[in-house]
Amino acid sequence: MTSKSVKESEPVSVAIARKGNLSNKSTEDTTNMESSIKQPTKLAIEATGLVKVFGEKRAVDGVDLAIKAGTVYGFLGPNGAGKTTTIRMLSTLLNPDEGTAIILGHDLNKESNAIRSKVSLTGQFASVDEDLSGLENLILIGRLLGFSRKAAKERARELLSAFGLEDAAKQQVKNYSGGMRRRLDIAASIVVTPELLFLDEPTTGLDPRSRNQVWDIVRALVSAGTTVLLTTQYLDEADQLADRIAVIDHGKIIAEGTSAELKASVGSGVLHVRVLDPEKRSKAQLILAQKLKVPIQALSEPTALTARVTDTQLVAEAIGELSHSGIAVTDFSLGQPSLDEVFLTLTGKPAESKRKQDEKGV
Amino acid sequence: MNTSSTSSHTNQASSIDSVKLKQALLTRSRPKKANWFSNTMTFSWRALLKLKYIPEQLLDVTVFPIMFLLMFTYLFGGAIAGSTGDYLQFLLPGILVMTVITITMYTGMELNNDISKGIFDRFRSLPIWRPSVLVGALFVDAVRYSIASLIMIGLGLILGFRPDGGTIGVISAVGLLLLFSFSLSWIWTTLGLVLRSEKSLMGVSMMVLFPLTFISNVFVDPSTLPSWLQAFVDINPVSLLVTAVRGLMHGVATTEQIGVVIIASLLLILVFAPLTMFLYKNKN
Ligand SMILES: Nc1ncnc2c1ncn2[C@@H]1O[C@H](COP(=O)(O)OP(=O)(O)OP(=O)(O)O)[C@@H](O)[C@H]1O
Ligand SMILES: [Mg+2]
Repeated sequence: MTSKSVKESEPVSVAIARKGNLSNKSTEDTTNMESSIKQPTKLAIEATGLVKVFGEKRAVDGVDLAIKAGTVYGFLGPNGAGKTTTIRMLSTLLNPDEGTAIILGHDLNKESNAIRSKVSLTGQFASVDEDLSGLENLILIGRLLGFSRKAAKERARELLSAFGLEDAAKQQVKNYSGGMRRRLDIAASIVVTPELLFLDEPTTGLDPRSRNQVWDIVRALVSAGTTVLLTTQYLDEADQLADRIAVIDHGKIIAEGTSAELKASVGSGVLHVRVLDPEKRSKAQLILAQKLKVPIQALSEPTALTARVTDTQLVAEAIGELSHSGIAVTDFSLGQPSLDEVFLTLTGKPAESKRKQDEKGV
Repeated sequence: MNTSSTSSHTNQASSIDSVKLKQALLTRSRPKKANWFSNTMTFSWRALLKLKYIPEQLLDVTVFPIMFLLMFTYLFGGAIAGSTGDYLQFLLPGILVMTVITITMYTGMELNNDISKGIFDRFRSLPIWRPSVLVGALFVDAVRYSIASLIMIGLGLILGFRPDGGTIGVISAVGLLLLFSFSLSWIWTTLGLVLRSEKSLMGVSMMVLFPLTFISNVFVDPSTLPSWLQAFVDINPVSLLVTAVRGLMHGVATTEQIGVVIIASLLLILVFAPLTMFLYKNKN
């Protein structure tokens, strides 16, 4: 809650600075490992007031960003939130209608050529040539970037074997599985290791194994000093990979911070209670609601109840009250809210169901 | 080479090698930027590779020309000119122009196809000479048009085509045709960027091409036409091109006839190449 109200009343940069103090520890740990970073506070991306309008629709509606070099920044939002549009602006593919950004020290509106030679983009939809083989795709990019024929081939082979695509090197990409295609796509983005990599929904539609592989690649990239800005609809992905997360909806950043901060901003935690006798659940629900003064949800499981609590002090009392009333509690836990719950609170829509719809759609 | 696995996806047995990956990522050296010519040649190479994988792409420059030539020679030959032999002398240059002009529209479709896939964004995000994506492809198209010309003229010679302009005349005629086709292609690239789907592009291209190629002097001498139609035929750039190509092949072309085509070509490039690049740069 706190973070949301901060967001609405103050410029985002202030909020970021404030949160920066809270979370210095984790970011400093990463920066120490990075040899390529000269100043620990260097920003890879600093954007102010980015706006993109398509017809009537404000696809991106005043986005501010400050992304530290050498970190992973997660852009989290549902379909149509404006993630891709933001990334396309930052990677010089789309001119912003309003706003400015400094990317790796270059002005987005004036020095797009300089930016293009330092950043790479892996788009939401496979940005490789399906008719060519994996090897040919990478040679193509290498040649375009100025490698000699021989050097381009060597680099292509090196990347293919690093990405486990050696065996498929000579096959047309149209015969690749989704995971292989994604890896090739990322490989094509690092033919010259970029200082900044944009990954637009790198794991959408991948099975868990392929997803893990992509995560490994992202981690390797970051440990080699590349800054990564990735978008995702998956909360666990942002949680796993990103040092900081921006939640975006309807073109606006509605929350920003580390995963822990976002969770904290939603409320202190979530209470799960399981009663022994399903018959007594509704009575338990009533008692908990009275004690905790928050809505108590009955889950589909016949014995389970859950509630988002603001005052953890009351929890012990409430559980005690249940035993007093003769309701046996088999299990209870007070946990940090998951990012799903963060999402629900911030947008009023559950994020997990979006993902399921999405996977059916794919 | 890649006849394998149209049905099943390649097995995903191997996975990421983290040691190799770390190694690969440590190489941060960026080669010297490739120049515009190298970029263009690289995209030509890409187009050639596509021909290798999708040889059907060559149907339009092999089967089309043969079909068109045989069809029109024997269909119209007797009716229009009285004899197929005489008509062939008149028709072949025209039908050659018509065939090649018609297949130029595939350029726009190829680009449109790239746009609908993500690869378009990747090319646009690379630090390269931007027109090279298109110019490289157009070079390979020129190769395709040359193949079409070769086949058509070869078949024509067998059927009794006797160009009075000799080898030089025929080669210059084809050269002029290639120049005009290259210039005309920028219209298709412009349309390829504006129109959303390959279908609509096909429709619009046909709408442009049909009148241009049919209401021209490809099949008939315009003096036989009603005057209002003749007026269009006379300013139709395809007619101008056919006149010049026909003239060159038969050794009777005037400098003026050739000059007009060259000017028309340059105008097309001057208008549509910058327009294409503007759209390319600002594509949403
Ligand atoms: N070229 C365009 N023309 C018109 N509207 C567009 C265009 N691109 C995006 N939009 C609209 O802008 C909004 C934001 O789209 P965007 O692609 O940035 O969302 P996203 O967060 O990437 O969503 P997804 O998760 O589906 O990829 C959407 O409502 C979309 O319909
Ligand atoms: Mg998107």
